[in-house]
Amino acid sequence: MMTADPARGFSLWPESASTGAPDIDRVYIALLGLTLFFALLIGALALGFGVKYRAGAQVIRDRIIHKTPLLEITWILGPFLIALAIFVWGAVVYMDATEPPAEARAIYVVGQQWMWKVQHPGGRREINELHVPSGEPIKLVMTSQDVIHSFFVPAFRNKRDVLPGQYTYLWFEATRPGTYHLFCAEYCGADHARMRGRVVVMTPADFQRWLAADPSAATSGESESASGEAMPPTIDSPAFVRFGCDDCHQASPTPAGPALHGLFGQRLPDPSHGSATVDESYLRQSILEPNAVIAAGYAAPSTMPSYANQIDEYQMIELIEFIKSLRDAPMREALP
Amino acid sequence: MAEAPLAHQFDDIVQQREAAGLGMWTFLATEVLFFGGLFTAYTVYRMSYPDAFREACHHLYMWLGAVNTAVLLTSSWTMALAVRAIATTDRRSGISSLLWTAALGTLFLLIKGVEYYLDLREQLVPGAGFRTAWSVDPSHAQMYFVLYFIMTGLHAVHMLVGVGAVLVMAFLVWRDSQVTRRANAVEMTGLYWHFVDIVWIFLFPLLYLVA
Amino acid sequence: MTTAGTLALPKPSYLAAGWSLRSWFLTLDHKRIAILYLASITAFFFVGGAAAVLMRLELATPESDLVTSGVYNRLFTIHGTIMVWFFLIPSIPAVLGNFLVPLMIGARDLAFPRLNLLSWYLFMLGGLLAVGAIIAGGVDTGWTFYTPYSTTYANSAVIPMAAGIFISGFSSILTGMNFIVTVHTMRAPGMTWFRLPLFIWSTYATSLIFVLATPVLAITLVLIGVERVWGVGIFDPSLGGDPVLFQHLFWFYSHPAVYIMVLPAMGVVSEIVPCFASNRIFGYRFIAFSSVAIAVLGFLVWGHHMFVAGLSLHASLVFALLSFLVAIPSAVKVFNWMVTLRNGTIRYRTPMLYALGFIGLFTIGGLTGLYLASLAVDLHVHDTYFVIAHFHYIMVGGAVMAYLGGIHFWWPKVTGRTYSEPWGIFSAILLFFGFNLTFFPQFVLGYLGMVRRVAEYPPEFQVLNVLSSAGASILGLAYLVPLVYLTRSLIRPPSVGSNPWNATGLEWGTPSPPTAHNFDEPPVVTGPPYEYENPQAVASQEAQNG
Repeated sequence: MMTADPARGFSLWPESASTGAPDIDRVYIALLGLTLFFALLIGALALGFGVKYRAGAQVIRDRIIHKTPLLEITWILGPFLIALAIFVWGAVVYMDATEPPAEARAIYVVGQQWMWKVQHPGGRREINELHVPSGEPIKLVMTSQDVIHSFFVPAFRNKRDVLPGQYTYLWFEATRPGTYHLFCAEYCGADHARMRGRVVVMTPADFQRWLAADPSAATSGESESASGEAMPPTIDSPAFVRFGCDDCHQASPTPAGPALHGLFGQRLPDPSHGSATVDESYLRQSILEPNAVIAAGYAAPSTMPSYANQIDEYQMIELIEFIKSLRDAPMREALP
Repeated sequence: MAEAPLAHQFDDIVQQREAAGLGMWTFLATEVLFFGGLFTAYTVYRMSYPDAFREACHHLYMWLGAVNTAVLLTSSWTMALAVRAIATTDRRSGISSLLWTAALGTLFLLIKGVEYYLDLREQLVPGAGFRTAWSVDPSHAQMYFVLYFIMTGLHAVHMLVGVGAVLVMAFLVWRDSQVTRRANAVEMTGLYWHFVDIVWIFLFPLLYLVA
Repeated sequence: MTTAGTLALPKPSYLAAGWSLRSWFLTLDHKRIAILYLASITAFFFVGGAAAVLMRLELATPESDLVTSGVYNRLFTIHGTIMVWFFLIPSIPAVLGNFLVPLMIGARDLAFPRLNLLSWYLFMLGGLLAVGAIIAGGVDTGWTFYTPYSTTYANSAVIPMAAGIFISGFSSILTGMNFIVTVHTMRAPGMTWFRLPLFIWSTYATSLIFVLATPVLAITLVLIGVERVWGVGIFDPSLGGDPVLFQHLFWFYSHPAVYIMVLPAMGVVSEIVPCFASNRIFGYRFIAFSSVAIAVLGFLVWGHHMFVAGLSLHASLVFALLSFLVAIPSAVKVFNWMVTLRNGTIRYRTPMLYALGFIGLFTIGGLTGLYLASLAVDLHVHDTYFVIAHFHYIMVGGAVMAYLGGIHFWWPKVTGRTYSEPWGIFSAILLFFGFNLTFFPQFVLGYLGMVRRVAEYPPEFQVLNVLSSAGASILGLAYLVPLVYLTRSLIRPPSVGSNPWNATGLEWGTPSPPTAHNFDEPPVVTGPPYEYENPQAVASQEAQNG
């Protein structure tokens, strides 16, 4: 069953609902202006010359242009400079639009034929709907369970392909509460056209209420550090225990494996790439391909077994969120 | 010295020879790109999974590959001798060198066949029968062998075509009373042969000498 | 026995030199091979066009009510594969190129006539497999065959279609080889590189792409086949492969392929405009070098199809910059064509209308490419109808119009007959309007967010879709009309002189239609091309010189 599309009337311009949308629109409008300019120019030349020099017209036809190379260089250089300007402008906007801020709230998306599954950290799940708070940067951590899909929200002017076997990221900061189209933009088989849904933007207060309303949300207490600041909650992870992760990964490094608390977000040396930031992709690869990058101080080949084909995407999300939550708080004692 | 018959579209024999040569070089350029796609795929995966590839490479028979390299290099030498002989009206040496070239090419294919048979027996052929107990990274070890078989298989197909072409040339030279008429055709065949040899010169270190 | 006053009997034209099936299907005459290609690609055009008609009928309503989505997915795949590989890529090179290249350079045939015939048979074999794939239930992967869908998940006739494209690729390669060797080695005495018609420059640049890009497509199709048949992971992540590697390999060919489609079209326009403006082409060397620049730069931009697919930031920046640069040689050509009109004596005949239509629509299409090259906008419009509109402006508004212009321009030379000029003008204008009505609304739809490859869509997109479908019906009519009047023109026997348009170029010095061997003696070239005399300019120059 397909989620109902947000109801809309006919329009010629898409609505905007993110902080990034106006930036994209500005580049687009500049390009529209450029297109209009050149279309009118060529059109005027065509009309002007076409009428003036038509066969049968009595007109002087001997004004030969002598400076051919100069003219050519002008109309090579002119477009070249314009192209450069638009490239730089577009590149800057692009870099902003694709680099999530560090404090962005992560929400997980799993695409599959032919639906979008959303997992909020803390437990709430959605199908073909994504609830987000306005005024807060959101980072979607996305993967596919089968073929390539693409998560596209026209109102945010952004999309990113969703690939099997790895995480890709899309970030935005929604501005206006409301309901917006969500489409799959990469052809993915029979019901590609029906793989669409809604993004529901809520005020932060409404969003918190919505998030907490689901009875299956994991309970977590907010703990305060000595200085009185609220710390990110430590969450339970049954998967961490069930797959035996806590045998080797404990509060301090053991001969079997490095400690995980404080790991997320660090920059680590990486023999093949210089350095790597521990993000969701790094953790995912470490769990599925332990031999891809060996932690400093440990020998290759890794003694960690691969959990490929054993862990499903939801368990992966749970593990990653758990490891993220080990920022500064000590790990809970292993359950018996 | 007799020349090949002049085709109607050409003005003179020089033009015809030039066209044939440029045509063969252009064709060889297409072959470079054809193999190039495979080399690209191989390079990408090798850079991403060097350990799996290194490990998988140890299961190849490097000494068979080395012998084959020597065989092919020798065959390029005999091919060059054949081209020279026919251009200088030495029919006997020409045919003999062509036959040696074909024989060495066939030897290459036979040795390759032995290699493939040994690989099959060790369950290194990708697909249902692929055995990966020796690898910590089975899927990428299999990837190595997929690329190995496609690259060497494609090369072997080109070798087969080459051996056929050389035999046809030998027959045509034998049958023609004026061998220099075939000189250009044999030279073009030689170009193709050398090219297939060069592809192997790249394949061998890439595939067999990963360690 | 001839004496001073006796005329020798004229040789028969290439059309009359043999009436048996054998003389056609085993011909070595480049002109007859061109006709064979003309017949085949016309048939394929209408197959691909039929798919488009069904698609646009379906898209007139938001629901998938005319056809199921499974059928629709097969329709757009058929439309793409047939139109790209079996119509656009061969169209101008294999029809007009095969016919004209030897004539334009003063040769009796191409360098390798037998390879030329082989190329047509390979094309037909590939086409047969493709049609077979359609009959066997069709393919539903899109013409782009993205993995792992095409290798692991698609339940359709992928292998026969891929095999058909693979085989037809060798047809392209042979054609490209033939043209390169012919242009290098068989030019008439005095025909230096800078005296070549610009159509030859374009065809030569296109042939470079044929020869260097097509093999990469070939090996990519082989890899798809291997993965599909043996279930081994080359592109499937669940088996250790990388689906993005497929995209790199595919687009490394498919981007230069679009220049295969547009460069010959530009070559045709460079022949038509000077003729119907009766003026020397402006900036000959710049246009010639632009063709080569487009071919070279075209190999360096393939990543712009993958900005949202997982390219690194650095790679995206490099590909974006190069994609902006590749637009510049095309702009240079457009400016030069426009200035060629200046000081001309312009006749508005059918070929000229098509050429002017090309210039206008290609300008729009090319400029909208900048939107896609600019990373920021591509984030929004990638995989939407904006992209569809962009490439149809270039390939249909551009390449197909130029192809039709070339067909009309050289029709008297190829057939010895003339077509009905009023119908020609009517069709050209009808096409221009039908085309814009079909595809302009798609730019708007794309920016609104309508994605590609969907049989159903949210209802607010319907108005623009209906406009587009209405345009498509006009466009379809505008393609059928020339089919009728051009075929009708063949009823009467040949009656046209050598040079009905008063054009320059060696082909216009031969009878219409030419004899089988083109020239009795190789023509000798003594001056530059496009020597359209502008009487006033000549007089003024002489006055200046004293």
